[in-house]
Amino acid sequence: MTYIRPKFRHPELPKNKLGYSVDYYEGALSTLCAGCGHDSISAAIVRACYEANIEPHKLAKLSGIGCSSKTPAYFLSNSHGFNSVHGRMPSIATGANLANRDLIYFGVSGDGDTASIGMGQFVHAIRRNLNMVYIVMNNGCYGLTKGQDSATADQGSKNKSGNVNLFDSIDLAGMAIELGASFIAQSFSGDKTQLVPLIKAAMHHPGFAFINVISPCVTFNNNAGSTKSYDYVRHHIDATATVDFVPEMSEITTEYDEGTSKQVKMHDGSFVSLHKVAHGWDPVDRLSAMNAIHHARANNEVLTGLLYINPNSNDLHHLVQTTDKPLNVLTKSELCPGAEALKKINEELK
Amino acid sequence: MSAVNNSKINDFVVRFANVNGTGSASANFLFTKAVFRMGIPATPKNIFPSNIQGLPTWYEVRINEKGYLGRREGIDLMVSVNPQSMLNDVACVKPGGYFMYDSTKKLHAEYIRENISYLGIPLMQMCNENYTDPRQRQLFKNIIYVGALSALFDIEFNVFEDLLAEQFKGKEKLIPANIKALQLGIDYVHANFKFPLDLRVERRNLVGDSIMIDGNSACGLGAIYAGATVAAWYPITPSTSVVEAFGAYADEFRTDKITGKRNVAIVQAEDELAAIGMVIGANWNGARSFTATSGPGLSLMNEFLGLAYFAEVPAVLIDVQRTGPSTGMPTRTQQSDILEAAYASHGDTKHVLLFPSTPKECFELTAEAFDLAEQLQTPVIMLTDLDLGMNDHVSPAFEWDDNREYKRGKVLNAEALEHIQKFGRYLDVDDDGITYRTYPGTHPSKGSYFTRGTSHDEYAAYTEDSEAYKRNVDRLIKKWNTAKKIVPEPQLYQNKNQHKNGLLFFGTSQYATEEAMDLLREKQVYVDAIRIKAFPFGRVVEDFINSHEKIVVIEQNRDAQMKSLLMIELGVNPEKLISVLNYDGMPITADNIVKQITIAINRKLETSKI
Repeated sequence: MTYIRPKFRHPELPKNKLGYSVDYYEGALSTLCAGCGHDSISAAIVRACYEANIEPHKLAKLSGIGCSSKTPAYFLSNSHGFNSVHGRMPSIATGANLANRDLIYFGVSGDGDTASIGMGQFVHAIRRNLNMVYIVMNNGCYGLTKGQDSATADQGSKNKSGNVNLFDSIDLAGMAIELGASFIAQSFSGDKTQLVPLIKAAMHHPGFAFINVISPCVTFNNNAGSTKSYDYVRHHIDATATVDFVPEMSEITTEYDEGTSKQVKMHDGSFVSLHKVAHGWDPVDRLSAMNAIHHARANNEVLTGLLYINPNSNDLHHLVQTTDKPLNVLTKSELCPGAEALKKINEELK
Repeated sequence: MSAVNNSKINDFVVRFANVNGTGSASANFLFTKAVFRMGIPATPKNIFPSNIQGLPTWYEVRINEKGYLGRREGIDLMVSVNPQSMLNDVACVKPGGYFMYDSTKKLHAEYIRENISYLGIPLMQMCNENYTDPRQRQLFKNIIYVGALSALFDIEFNVFEDLLAEQFKGKEKLIPANIKALQLGIDYVHANFKFPLDLRVERRNLVGDSIMIDGNSACGLGAIYAGATVAAWYPITPSTSVVEAFGAYADEFRTDKITGKRNVAIVQAEDELAAIGMVIGANWNGARSFTATSGPGLSLMNEFLGLAYFAEVPAVLIDVQRTGPSTGMPTRTQQSDILEAAYASHGDTKHVLLFPSTPKECFELTAEAFDLAEQLQTPVIMLTDLDLGMNDHVSPAFEWDDNREYKRGKVLNAEALEHIQKFGRYLDVDDDGITYRTYPGTHPSKGSYFTRGTSHDEYAAYTEDSEAYKRNVDRLIKKWNTAKKIVPEPQLYQNKNQHKNGLLFFGTSQYATEEAMDLLREKQVYVDAIRIKAFPFGRVVEDFINSHEKIVVIEQNRDAQMKSLLMIELGVNPEKLISVLNYDGMPITADNIVKQITIAINRKLETSKI
């Protein structure tokens, strides 16, 4: 979208606790269309990592194939990245995570990559509660192949060519909660204020943290009649609450009217702080989250914010009882039983 | 009932015709192991249906003191406990052979042949008289016939006592009932037949330090020794027991006895696509990781194998081949995934292949596969097969050198990165086609790169530049040529070439081919021989082919896939290659090889016929 980005950065740019300014978290120049929602999400990721004092090299970014899956090149250039094959990012993330439990795994996918070709892997990554952030940049269409409807396009939604989508859409957040995902949020690429704290909270969540971000495709799906256009989404958005992410040890200073605020303590001592909480919704109650999602859907609303969080989430490593050290640093002496043990095995097989 | 003079000491084939799901497998293995403990090589083949209960299943044991471990046609003694298959089972017995059956009910006239002997034992009646529990009645029927065989073949009783003591270690109270069943069989033979038979077992000392194990368990153990920490798999016959064995050994060797925490992660994936994806993700991140599958799984893994080839991520895949195409015969053997594996995935791809022949090689080549995959930063596919993987084999004992270090390949750590001006993931610094990689998380500001299946330049940046693309894929060929020098060398059967023609074979064809070479010598047919252990083919394979007039390529598939591979990769003239093929789903036999070679000789080795 931009051809030239000035190298110059103001020397007085504020630094985070690690001494990095926000530009340290940027990536290569985006080649997506001007105005693409995905670029806003990339910017939110940069901002969230900066604010959350993430060491970029302690984060691995992963993606599948599609416009959205290109974005990991556009943020965190000091992180390793893996642009895999279409719909298969979750399996790469699973293997990578098993190899080294100490990194943050940041997956980016699209609606085609997740809701169609990658549905199986998405579902099973949730089922295993893989410790990763999984962002879907959801625009309801296939951008790279020029605008075909995807499985998240709403029934009756019209795309740029005037075609009306015949099929019911797959609601990824609704599906994730049915499957037992331990962190589910929904947002809009145009709402950075909401998205940044959600990403920060997701990175702190020890399990599968899913964020479905409606991210309009300016080129193929931003027309009148589309339910994934900027205009439509802005007019139909409704939030569960406003979200703050409060890191560990921070003092909670802001005061809100009692009854409209909630704090959810995360496993590492940090908090998700929610304000103007929607009536009848409780972030740690799966049933109320399901209700809220279905209710919003029935009213043609895009429900955003944190939808559900399980503060007692146990991730895949916990379930399969892997050792505390990353598996990729174990040495021969820890892994190989050696010649003596083999002699015993041979004896038993005689 | 008069037996033809057919004296065969330590050289005969026994086949058991059972119903699957009735516990016959462990009884039949007990018999095999007893022969092995008598110091005589014995090869069992489990011929089983793709079914859990109720269908015919056979277990065939070849006993051969010359050490021939391949299958042999013709049954010397049939133990028939399955009425479903009885008509065919009677017909299988060689003239002069024996047919043991359950004589609780009278044998129908259609089962009577003049040229074989019948050994009727009232198995069901004996079980009903001696056991009350229905499950015991079924299980001990099997042990009774093993007892009867031990008397007929003259197998020492204390061998069984030892085996049962080992088998039921910790569950000793199960031993007496088994001993009783064996004794019932023995007593019945003593009271009713002339024993021992002309077919019998005489103690020898021919197995030395050999062990008896299946190839899949050996692969699982090899992966443990190689330091594999992540296994991802999807169940598929006949590969399932590879990861199951890996898991069982991990329980023993990788699990903290106090905390229960494990130096291993095993994930049963949702499908083969995910399984290989996990393997690639883990290897990318610096853990040794593998999967095991069979033909249909390999087909599904193609896309990811192309990614691993092009993005240069190590991966180890154990393909236990079964009879294709499609679902084929899932419980029968074949060597028919060769071309599929060699060129898996779209575009110009080639993969390193390994061909083990014995459980010992399954163990060793699995360990070596991890070294090769990391040294070459590419997938390594080990092609074993159902015969090797699921059947127990007499194998040389496993060996491991404690001084052996894992060859992790070219990986830069933080310190090395400090000394590098600009890291280029795909820069051919050493001019061998193999470039340096880094694991995520190594260094705060150096060594990060973007792994991708799209075309990339030396610095891993996306490119659509034709020159950059060509430089990259040409370097991959340079790496391929490096692979030729480090993959396992073939086994040559002569120090120096002596004969005009040569045999070329690999994998489980070894057993039958070695026997066939002896049979050919008896017919004054002399050949040199080579057993291939790896692809790409190195110099030794090429020289062997070049220095012989005709090469007989022995393989277990219809389309002569190894022959094709030799033609494609070495440019061998097809006229020079004569195929000996076996593709009926059963392991190849020496007789079959000799027959096909004899036909070829009679054609004066003029042309190659498929």
